[in-house]
Amino acid sequence: MTPFSQATGNAAANPYLIQSATIVEKIREAEDIDTYRLRFVDEQVRRSYRFAAGQFNMVYLFGVGEVAISIVSDPDEPDSLDHTIRVVGRVTKAIARLQPGDELGIRGPFGQGWPLDAAQGKDVVIVTGGLGCAPVVGAIEYIFRRRSQYGSVKILHGIKTPHDLLYRERFDAWRRHPDVEVLLASDQPHKTWRYHVGVVTELFEQVVMNPARTMVLMCGPEIMMRLGVPILMQRGIPETAIYVSLERHMECGIGLCGHCQLGPYFLCKDGPVMRYDRVAPWLERVGF
Amino acid sequence: MATPCDTHVAAVPKTFLQQLIDVLCAKGYRVVGPALRDGAVMWDTIRQVSDLPIGWRDEQEPGRYRLENTGSDQIFGVVHGPQSVKPLAFAPREPLLVIERTKGSFSALPTLPKSEKVAVLGARACDLAGLAIQDHIFLKDAYRDPYYQTRRDGLFLIAVNCTRALATCFCASMDTGPRASAAFDLALTELEEVFLVEAGSAAGQAMMSALSLAPASTARVREAEQQIEACARSQVRRLDRSPLPQALYDAHEHPRWDDVAARCLACGNCTMVCPTCFCHVVEEVPDLTQTRSEHTRLWDSCFTQEHGYIHGKNIRPTIKDRYRMWLTHKLASWIDQFGTSGCVGCGRCITWCPVGIDLTEELPALLKPSSQAKEKPGQA
Ligand SMILES: Cc1cc2nc3c(=O)[nH]c(=O)nc-3n(C[C@H](O)[C@H](O)[C@H](O)COP(=O)(O)OP(=O)(O)OC[C@H]3O[C@@H](n4cnc5c(N)ncnc54)[C@H](O)[C@@H]3O)c2cc1C
Ligand code: SF4
Ligand code: SF4
Ligand code: FES
Repeated sequence: MTPFSQATGNAAANPYLIQSATIVEKIREAEDIDTYRLRFVDEQVRRSYRFAAGQFNMVYLFGVGEVAISIVSDPDEPDSLDHTIRVVGRVTKAIARLQPGDELGIRGPFGQGWPLDAAQGKDVVIVTGGLGCAPVVGAIEYIFRRRSQYGSVKILHGIKTPHDLLYRERFDAWRRHPDVEVLLASDQPHKTWRYHVGVVTELFEQVVMNPARTMVLMCGPEIMMRLGVPILMQRGIPETAIYVSLERHMECGIGLCGHCQLGPYFLCKDGPVMRYDRVAPWLERVGF
Repeated sequence: MATPCDTHVAAVPKTFLQQLIDVLCAKGYRVVGPALRDGAVMWDTIRQVSDLPIGWRDEQEPGRYRLENTGSDQIFGVVHGPQSVKPLAFAPREPLLVIERTKGSFSALPTLPKSEKVAVLGARACDLAGLAIQDHIFLKDAYRDPYYQTRRDGLFLIAVNCTRALATCFCASMDTGPRASAAFDLALTELEEVFLVEAGSAAGQAMMSALSLAPASTARVREAEQQIEACARSQVRRLDRSPLPQALYDAHEHPRWDDVAARCLACGNCTMVCPTCFCHVVEEVPDLTQTRSEHTRLWDSCFTQEHGYIHGKNIRPTIKDRYRMWLTHKLASWIDQFGTSGCVGCGRCITWCPVGIDLTEELPALLKPSSQAKEKPGQA
């Protein structure tokens, strides 16, 4: 059955239309966090669906609602669409009950992804905190597929406790690429933790950065950005070379519902990835 | 041979209005106009001129709306009620999709509104300016909203130029009135004995031609001009837009926000009556059998707790944050987003605020230098 190719409209004419997708695999990443590998039911949608690393989908569960979720899969393999979802509330709790074979709805992709073209020829420093690494996973995969087009890659990832570490195998695989450093930090120590204990921004001291040819991609808690950016700037990296992925309440994903505003921006369409100098004055205005 | 309707402005006797209603009905339009309801005026279906609030006028002040019957035969004496034209295009409750589930699989079916031809009789200049702003939001961006488009396409807009300003009006300082300048099909000016009629679109021009209306004398045209200008001059409120947006961005830490927050109830009335506010949420309502679910859009307000909520924190936890968000968006960030102010000067938020908060008072107070105000560097 191909319910969405009916004469009732397509996504271009109706941006509210939801496409159904089957969960082909559910991968446990941590307690309360699963990656869902999805496959569109409609063959035409499956063929035409393309996304850029850093974009997101509105993920829908029948009878419950929609939430904004980053796409974590490799943009070069658009027929395998992965979402890593953490259980926090009403919709995500209900999604967590799904099993392979069940269906989710997808609307997207939306927003602006990472500036991976502009980053070509540069060293890339990726700074992430917690589940914040989800939006950059696709970017990392993209870079490694074109390894020769980028300079050195440094992945600095911070978590609260060692058992929050997601994508363990991916980190190991990334480490094996040439000219790559993967540095991990956990706020809390643990007897099995062999890496840094402390916050992710402390890892900046452990890496050599060439400010003239470095681009920084950051996502995670805003506090990490507000503390981390000044340190990077002290190291000579201009604000204009720092990109962040931001989160706000999102209802529509298409610039119409008004919830995701940050000053003059709608983060669903102007973001979620934003150049830091553009958003800095607005992130400073607490409560806005 | 020149026909009378070639001239720009026609003058018609007041009985013309019934003729216009009949012609519109014959063309398949549902005519809606202001009608008395629950102590205010609301849009309602109009079949006869007598359905309109003839002889009534409204007095509006901060936190107050009062209707009185003056016994005159003025048809459009009521300037406006709580509704702008907005709900006729951006419906307060719009079913977007119905999602049907059969055996684990589901399909989403759009529930576009039935296209309906609606003639709006008595749209004010500020409301048409508000509608033009909403058109920009819903129709001119990357994603166009087909629900809004369907309703909007069905509208035939008959403006009434204002010849009397309310105490709450400040359209003159916002360049949105009292004369209708944004898109309309026909515009009327109600004088003592006649209406002046002009067309603002091809559809309006066709309507005028079909009715073969007599041209207005220059004296009549001048009389109307003078009344509209007098209406502009009589406005007691104004808003100085020249320092915006930057000055309001810079006022982020001004102590006046605490002052207004102490008065604001966060009821959201101001956003519900505003002709430009567009925030909405999507509600999901499954039926009892869990085989059918309705995906419906509802007007939302930035004054709710949920508006700025993301898991683990609320971006705007206090009323101060929310009032500041509302006013800063309306008067400042809107300019960066859409190239116009988000306020058209209709004054509704002043009238319908239960505690009479008046943005034309708040803005100057917020822009006044304050010793306590901490300076913040800001840029758009
Ligand atoms: C661009 C973007 C990308 C995201 N990517 C991911 C991801 O890859 N994985 C993941 O697990 N989560 C991601 N999130 C967060 C995710 O959207 C929220 O966790 C989710 O909306 C919570 O919904 P809930 O109903 O379970 O929670 P509740 O706490 O019950 O939230 C109620 C409602 O508030 C809104 N809301 C709450 N938190 C957020 C939030 N953080 N962002 C936006 N809206 C919110 C939603 O409309 C939600 O339905 C992303 C958010 C954004 C904006
Ligand atoms: S902000 Fe107030 S005065 Fe301005 S358009 Fe909205 S309701 Fe009217
Ligand atoms: S300003 Fe007035 S109308 Fe608006 S939310 Fe506050 S109390 Fe309600
Ligand atoms: S999520 Fe609706 S405007 Fe951005």
